[in-house]
Amino acid sequence: MINRRMGLGLALALALVVPAFAQAPASDRFITVSSTTSTTDSGLFTHLLPLFKAKTGIDVRVVSQGTGQALDTGRRGDADVVFVHARAQELKFVEEGFGVERKPVMYNDFVLIGPKTDPAGIKGGKDIVSALKAVQARGALFISRGDKSGTHSAELNLWKAAEINIDAVKGPWYREIGQGMGAALNMASAQNGYVLSDRATWLHFRNRGDLEVVVEGDRRLFNQYGVILVNPAKHPHVKKADGQVFIDWLVSPEGQKAISDYKINGASLFFPNATQPGA
Amino acid sequence: MLRLSCFLRKLLSDVKIPLYIIAMDVLGAMQAAIGLMVTFDPQFLQIVGLSLRVTLTAVLLAALIGLPVGAWLALSRFRGRAALIVLINGLMGLPPVVAGLFVFLLLSRSGPLGPLGLLFTPTAMVVAQTILVLPIVIALTRGTLEELWQEYREHLTSLGLTGWRAVPTLLWDGRFALATGLLAGFGRASAEVGAVLIVGGNIAGYTRTMTTTIALETSKGDLPLALGLGLVLMALTLAINAAGYAASRIGARFAG
Repeated sequence: MINRRMGLGLALALALVVPAFAQAPASDRFITVSSTTSTTDSGLFTHLLPLFKAKTGIDVRVVSQGTGQALDTGRRGDADVVFVHARAQELKFVEEGFGVERKPVMYNDFVLIGPKTDPAGIKGGKDIVSALKAVQARGALFISRGDKSGTHSAELNLWKAAEINIDAVKGPWYREIGQGMGAALNMASAQNGYVLSDRATWLHFRNRGDLEVVVEGDRRLFNQYGVILVNPAKHPHVKKADGQVFIDWLVSPEGQKAISDYKINGASLFFPNATQPGA
Repeated sequence: MLRLSCFLRKLLSDVKIPLYIIAMDVLGAMQAAIGLMVTFDPQFLQIVGLSLRVTLTAVLLAALIGLPVGAWLALSRFRGRAALIVLINGLMGLPPVVAGLFVFLLLSRSGPLGPLGLLFTPTAMVVAQTILVLPIVIALTRGTLEELWQEYREHLTSLGLTGWRAVPTLLWDGRFALATGLLAGFGRASAEVGAVLIVGGNIAGYTRTMTTTIALETSKGDLPLALGLGLVLMALTLAINAAGYAASRIGARFAG
């Protein structure tokens, strides 16, 4: 009696769970792409991937991380394609033999975001370097990603360009939060701090509070994206053919047009430049 | 008393949180939550379905492993038993992010189980959550059965039920306490975000769950939608607990 009842309970539990799992996967043909938070948070992939899927039938599974972590995911062999924005780190990745070849895809730009009250007095400027100098000199609150992402390394390069040794001068005014772009913007919004953001994520960001763009248009704020196939010689399971199809599509005229077609409020977020030499 | 009220007034005037903004957020969240539930947005249903599937499977697996292990631990006596019990009780507090990292390293292509290609799949999420739920099931089963065994030992022995043969009876007698344990395990698994985010990768339409969606929408600054999803998750958890409670009440009435 007892065992029959228990068996009944177990059968019921299995009946509830097993059919749910027996569902066929969405598609057998898929690749895994490790990319940055900016490409996902900005909504670019939501726009691109259905177009790519319709054309090729390949599902693209995007894991979005900071550039450093995304490259590391490729290094471990947990992704087929890496799509990030930190040129030096990308070239190193290929040089170490983890990637086959780096191809430039598109660029967007960084903007310096800050509170409308503008405690550092830099609003409306075009010179990012003098703006950062003013932020540091006045000790105005600055939120840093601190997560080895592409945006973080761009920020560190800008401090270098401003001849400020950030490790030596950082104090309570400089907060490294070790999180993604959205989290950094949320914190800047809550504490009225300055923060470097890619324009795409900023345009898509909803919780702005008193924040606005304070510095933009400097050439040094240029942000190049590259795409790399993970090297099948290092990781034999890499889906070489389908990964290459995705890369070829991104840099093809069709893919490039799809990228420039992605707009928020009529403004393009990413500018394709696969054919530009040296990008 | 007077000083306290002065202090509170000063605190309220110093903390410049505009209350109307919070009120608007909550209203927006309610709207978002109701909108999600009423429209049956297919993407949203897929996310809820995956969350339930992963968590329920993990709880079921943890029950299949944890009930026998807990029973064994309750009835057997061996050297190091006390240490093992303390260890399992301690693992009930295992941080989900640590469990996630452990499973990540195990399943990564560069890890020992890499060739299976399970990282960034729902299966990996089930494995991680099973690890989180298992200590709760084992510890509660052990506690419940040990108590029952002490109480009914003579009676059961006189019926010829000793050792393993007593286990089904003990499990059946302790079923309500055990069900509560399973519900606690469900609560832990459905609430966690750290493990599923690391091993699942939060891939849209494939490994995106309620909790990872909440984290993502928060990072996009869409706080009303994030909070709305949170309300839906809480409602689901409440419904499942209510169902569990009702089932145990009905069961208790029939059992007399």
